[in-house]
Amino acid sequence: MSGHEFQSFFPDSGEVDMSDPSTSIDETTIAELRALAARYPQPRSALLPMLHLVQSVDGRVSPAGIEICAEILGITPAQVSGVATFYTMYRRRPGGKHHVGVCTTALCAVMGGDALLDQVSHKLGIGPDETTPDGKFSLERIECNAACDFAPVMTVNWEFMDNMTPQKAEKLLDDLAADREVTSTRGATITSWREAERVLAGYSDGRADEGPSAGEASLLGKQLADENGWSAPKGEQA
Amino acid sequence: MSVIAKAGQDVAAVDTITVTIDGIEVAVPKGTLAIRAAELVGIAIPRFCDHPLLDPVGACRQCMVEVPDAGNGRGFPKPQASCTLEVANGMQIKTQHTSAIAAKAQTGMLELLLINHPLDCPICDKGGECPLQNQALSNGAGESRYQGVKRTYPKPVPISAQILLDRERCVLCARCTRFSEQISGDPLIALVERGALQQVGKYADDPYDSYFSGNVVQICPVGALTSTSYRFNSRPYDLVSTEVTCEHCAAGCTLRSDQRHGVVRRRLAAINPAVNEEWNCDKGRFAFVSGRGEDRLTTPLVRRDGELKPASWAEAIDAAVTGLKVAGDKVGVLTGGRLVVEDAYGYAKFARTVLGTNNIDFRSRPIGAGEAAFLAERVAGRTLNDAVTYADLETAGTVVLVGLEAEEEAPLVFLRLRKAVRKKGLAVKVIAARLSNGSSKLNAELISTVPGDEAAALRGLELPAGAVIVVGERAALAAGALTAAAEVADAAGARLAWIPRRAGDRGAIEAGCLPNLLPGGRTVADAAARVDVAGAWEVESLPTAEGLEAPAMLAAAVDGQLNALVVAGLEPVDFADAAAVRAGLDQVGFLVSLESRASEVTERADVVFPVALIEERSGTFWNWEHRPGAVGQVIRGTGAPMTDLRVLAALADGLGTPLGIRTTAQAAAELAELGGYQPAAPAKAAKASTRKAAAKPAAKAAGSDGEQLVKLSTWRQLIDGGRGQDGESAMAATAKPTVARISPALAERLGAADGQLVTISAAAGWYTMPVAISADMVDGTVWLPTNSAGTGLGELGVVFGDEVALSLGGEE
Amino acid sequence: MTDLLTPVLSANWGTERSWTLDGYRASGGYTAIEKALKLTPDEVTTLVKDAGLRGRGGAGFPTGMKWSFVPKDNPNPKYLVVNADESEPGTCKDMPLLLASPHTLVEGMIIASYAIGCHTAFVYIRGEVLHVHRRMQAAVAEAYAAGLLGKSILGSGYDLDIIVHAGAGAYICGEETALLDSLEGHRGQPRLRPPFPAVAGLYASPTVINNVESIASVPAIVGNGVAWFSSMGTEKSKGMTLYSLSGHVRRPGQFEAPLGITLRQLLDLSGGIRTGHQLKFWTPGGSSTPILTAEHLDVPLDYEGMAGVGSMLGTKALQIFDETTSVVRTTLRWVEFYKHESCGKCTPCREGNWWLVQILKRFEAGEAEEGDIEKLLDVADNIGGKSFCALADGAVACVTSAVRHFRSEFEAGYHTPAWELFPYGRSALFAVADKSGAHA
Repeated sequence: MSGHEFQSFFPDSGEVDMSDPSTSIDETTIAELRALAARYPQPRSALLPMLHLVQSVDGRVSPAGIEICAEILGITPAQVSGVATFYTMYRRRPGGKHHVGVCTTALCAVMGGDALLDQVSHKLGIGPDETTPDGKFSLERIECNAACDFAPVMTVNWEFMDNMTPQKAEKLLDDLAADREVTSTRGATITSWREAERVLAGYSDGRADEGPSAGEASLLGKQLADENGWSAPKGEQA
Repeated sequence: MSVIAKAGQDVAAVDTITVTIDGIEVAVPKGTLAIRAAELVGIAIPRFCDHPLLDPVGACRQCMVEVPDAGNGRGFPKPQASCTLEVANGMQIKTQHTSAIAAKAQTGMLELLLINHPLDCPICDKGGECPLQNQALSNGAGESRYQGVKRTYPKPVPISAQILLDRERCVLCARCTRFSEQISGDPLIALVERGALQQVGKYADDPYDSYFSGNVVQICPVGALTSTSYRFNSRPYDLVSTEVTCEHCAAGCTLRSDQRHGVVRRRLAAINPAVNEEWNCDKGRFAFVSGRGEDRLTTPLVRRDGELKPASWAEAIDAAVTGLKVAGDKVGVLTGGRLVVEDAYGYAKFARTVLGTNNIDFRSRPIGAGEAAFLAERVAGRTLNDAVTYADLETAGTVVLVGLEAEEEAPLVFLRLRKAVRKKGLAVKVIAARLSNGSSKLNAELISTVPGDEAAALRGLELPAGAVIVVGERAALAAGALTAAAEVADAAGARLAWIPRRAGDRGAIEAGCLPNLLPGGRTVADAAARVDVAGAWEVESLPTAEGLEAPAMLAAAVDGQLNALVVAGLEPVDFADAAAVRAGLDQVGFLVSLESRASEVTERADVVFPVALIEERSGTFWNWEHRPGAVGQVIRGTGAPMTDLRVLAALADGLGTPLGIRTTAQAAAELAELGGYQPAAPAKAAKASTRKAAAKPAAKAAGSDGEQLVKLSTWRQLIDGGRGQDGESAMAATAKPTVARISPALAERLGAADGQLVTISAAAGWYTMPVAISADMVDGTVWLPTNSAGTGLGELGVVFGDEVALSLGGEE
Repeated sequence: MTDLLTPVLSANWGTERSWTLDGYRASGGYTAIEKALKLTPDEVTTLVKDAGLRGRGGAGFPTGMKWSFVPKDNPNPKYLVVNADESEPGTCKDMPLLLASPHTLVEGMIIASYAIGCHTAFVYIRGEVLHVHRRMQAAVAEAYAAGLLGKSILGSGYDLDIIVHAGAGAYICGEETALLDSLEGHRGQPRLRPPFPAVAGLYASPTVINNVESIASVPAIVGNGVAWFSSMGTEKSKGMTLYSLSGHVRRPGQFEAPLGITLRQLLDLSGGIRTGHQLKFWTPGGSSTPILTAEHLDVPLDYEGMAGVGSMLGTKALQIFDETTSVVRTTLRWVEFYKHESCGKCTPCREGNWWLVQILKRFEAGEAEEGDIEKLLDVADNIGGKSFCALADGAVACVTSAVRHFRSEFEAGYHTPAWELFPYGRSALFAVADKSGAHA
């Protein structure tokens, strides 16, 4: 940060993008939305998962998605809009097939995250919250993603990309651009942002068994304990 | 020093605890918030989000106080928001007056509220009455330490045709969103975005069209919400305020009417805890310009050679006196429902003592058989002490609504019911053809009823003790419904309330503007009552025969039984059969009209007297509870025309029987002296209504061309084609659309899809409008608004409960 | 004397298919539940209370006591909500736990739900961790299939449903009442207390909200007993816990140790500060806990130890920064985080963080003026302790502790940009042109 830029004028805030009314929500989606609402003791609890599902279908929180959620839950579209604009994972406009996140909260930023964001931004030719013209990538400057022992951290479609370096970032983007198989360091094979959103809505993609049990840093303490013969005291269970 | 707070209206014992605020001890009910307790000892803690009628939110953090002892010997380590802090026994509270910590917290908060606030006070509507401005002046720093950039947005954003939003000015107190969600139940605005970008928003093309939207302008503690009609209109300190009672319905809201240079600029809800608390509806707030049109009558008119010509007052009075002398006692008096009680009393006395007739009726609307008797037995002569009140509704436990669509017809009754539903577990049952949006917001149980079957529905009720049955004026149109309501209430030990629609209706009954009623609930049939009133009026006797009801008067005018009509403000379309009204007005021998604006009556009249607008005079409206509400004179010295009472007094003088009263104050005093009256024997039933059932739509045979014969359900929508709303276009733009509602089953039989045009026809005519298929509509029934744009049911000659023909298609 | 490291929760991490039911059972999983279901619910609560388990999400409230606050006579359903919204900067313990061993949480939830009489429990997981959702969803599905969830668990007659719920990007939802609003489908803004969630929480019903690690600790406590658990840790901070080391250390990672270990001991384990550098400042438990310096290396990392030096144990997320790091820059970035994550409900947090960021930017750019430190502290004082929830207090803690320990660096902000005093590239783990760290 140069210390100078500070956004203070917000011409487009307050609403989802109403200029594009398109939707791919069909009867199947509506049935799935209703099923989500039925999972909870009170239907409105399903709103966050429902909006994830809307994103998986429409690539964003679409006007139609808002209205359908409102109707299913018996609340006003304004109330849904209030929720949809509160949470950062809900997009107002279509993003890329792959949604790339670079963590620039203090620790990651200091350890190289700022430089990675510059690099990724330069390579993709877009700034944060923008999408490449080919619809392949969108970029987000993300806040702390609970992977600090793997800093600096990036994400693709909310999969961990740990211990990033400029070289790894370069290859990651090249591979994704070329549709080569990319695997998360602590997750599954990268699919797409929309497929990720469907999992977050609660619809499994069957990939839970992919990836390791834990990353190297997660295992460090356990490994040192094993090496040193340290353990918790013996309890009744043992 | 010690102060004992009043425990409010509840006399029931409450747990009282003692707290000390800035060294002053005060006893308050348990559960009292610190900010309220401070108010009781005269300490004003600054605040923005706090509002006594909204749920506490603690958002603005302006009202911080120090609590060195929470009542348990320990203090809070941090300052506390006094708007969310319930006091505890023995609690010590130090406000900005005695605590440096509280004072700094408040000053600091004010600074934070101001860093992003624009410095546009000189052009802001709120400037001069702005809590933020006031507190910045009284508690704020002289200079800003903020060197950053202020947050800006495009502005203003219309959140409805009537309400505009300046997001930059907003302090995010959430009063408006809490009002819309909690009080009126219209969460069409919500907080959107988050953090520093949080703002009030609506959804796309779903505007904040709430009947109560104007309240958010009033409770906004800054100038973020303004109204289209008042924006940039006046400075608050240039306005002269007068307290009035709203003239639009029988709710009886106390309003503050603000004028400048002899023109009313705006109206606000005044504080009247017993009635409207601190709210009002948009009609009461915004619809006050109807008297400013070119149709305003400014001089008397007399018909000469078939044409109405301006005349002097003396000429007009002479002409009217001459005409009325010829008519003798064959005169009818139609007063309408818009008169203050003093004027209504003037007409009642004028009819009896000057004209010598009981032909007087205020009901410029469909009338039901037995209604007048019901009004005499169950409504008239009650006082506030023995009538159902707002407070009674709030504590009823169960309220049944029959023939009343509260949100549309008595909006503040609706708000009170909603409050009781939210706060006191009130159960509402609605006997109606559909579950309206308003009923949904009351969580009401719909007793789905085909219009006309209300009596059976009532008799099927099982009511818990303490319940209240509320009947609207439309209930009179369902055979036996009023009787059933009274009997069911009596049997269940429930209470009964009648809520009319117009502001003057309740007073008109007390004043004696019914053919069977004298003032104070005395019946015409009661000889002792007649003697009583005659004595008070210093006349030998009063006419003994009950008079004609309004439709009968109009019919009698056609067939020559009546020679003259004296008519105050009314519209033919409001009657069951507009054509019959016009025929009566056309064919009566002599027609005197007292009006403030040209109307269908004035254009037919022989003599027209221009009378004052409500803002140009004083008076009293008695609301549905029988509670008097003063109407202050807002505009003075504008050469205002006379009151109805003044004109009647002049006519009486000319007719040789002085009225004895000519000022509002005199009329009020005389009516008060006359007082109520307990009849010696039960009143006899008044004669049945003379309204004939509307002719069957016989033009086409039922079933032909897919036509369906259905029952008509209807009510007036709050914002509609009523003339009192003329000239207020922004409010009109927030009105509900005109649609015909039918059940899915009826739609299927009709072959109609949502939004398609349907035609509703009766003998006197037809209307075409889009159809709305509503799952909650009872089958075999069509619902139409009574008097919305493009529909005046009086023109069709049909009323609630009549049969109409419904067919697909038509031309708008 | 216990060992330096005591892996319990992390003991099965990295084992063969540790995330599956079979993998978990292979390391002794789902045995505590059998023991628990033979006890009465009150006995389970008492056991957890007696063990001295304190909340691992930051506040350190005794877990068993929280459970005991659930009113028995309340006719409404009781709910357990597990807070898996791990978002506090520096905090990275719950996500690896859920990735490696989601069944530990499921077993803990069953026991906790049983103890409080809950039949529907929720895991609220932040949305941005896709694979954690997969593992948790799969674990719950497996548990249903194995009769560990659903009707009459293991034939006990006790029923429990678990719903795995995804957040959607909001740090504030880690605040328990904001989490409840979010879980009810609202904007995640904190609620007024009272009423407290234990009395009127989710759906206005009695609700217990616990951190992942707290609930995951329950099976071990039930399985091994009160004495076992309290043999670890200190007098008032009992048991083992996950310490997360990140930043300028040679080997960052998770270290499960008895409460009361010191940073010096943890640094030894992780190989110390990266080669050629020295410790400058650190957070004991996420960015909301006031920063400490090398003089605090030997203070026990427990609730009392950290409080004693003006900080808090928090989430035990130790973020380590070496001497290349600009305190001004780091503080700014933390406060930017709080500005971004402020829910907007209350004035001091919404407006205060907006202002603090702008002031700190002037310091970073060397454009601050004489008196700006006092202004910064005064504005911070006007925010701290005045806001609706603790979020803004976290922001203020960064600022005040940074000025307290490194005032001269802020004074330098009156004339010299932070990136000149501390070329940013030098803090990165890889070669970066110094000027690009301050990307414009």
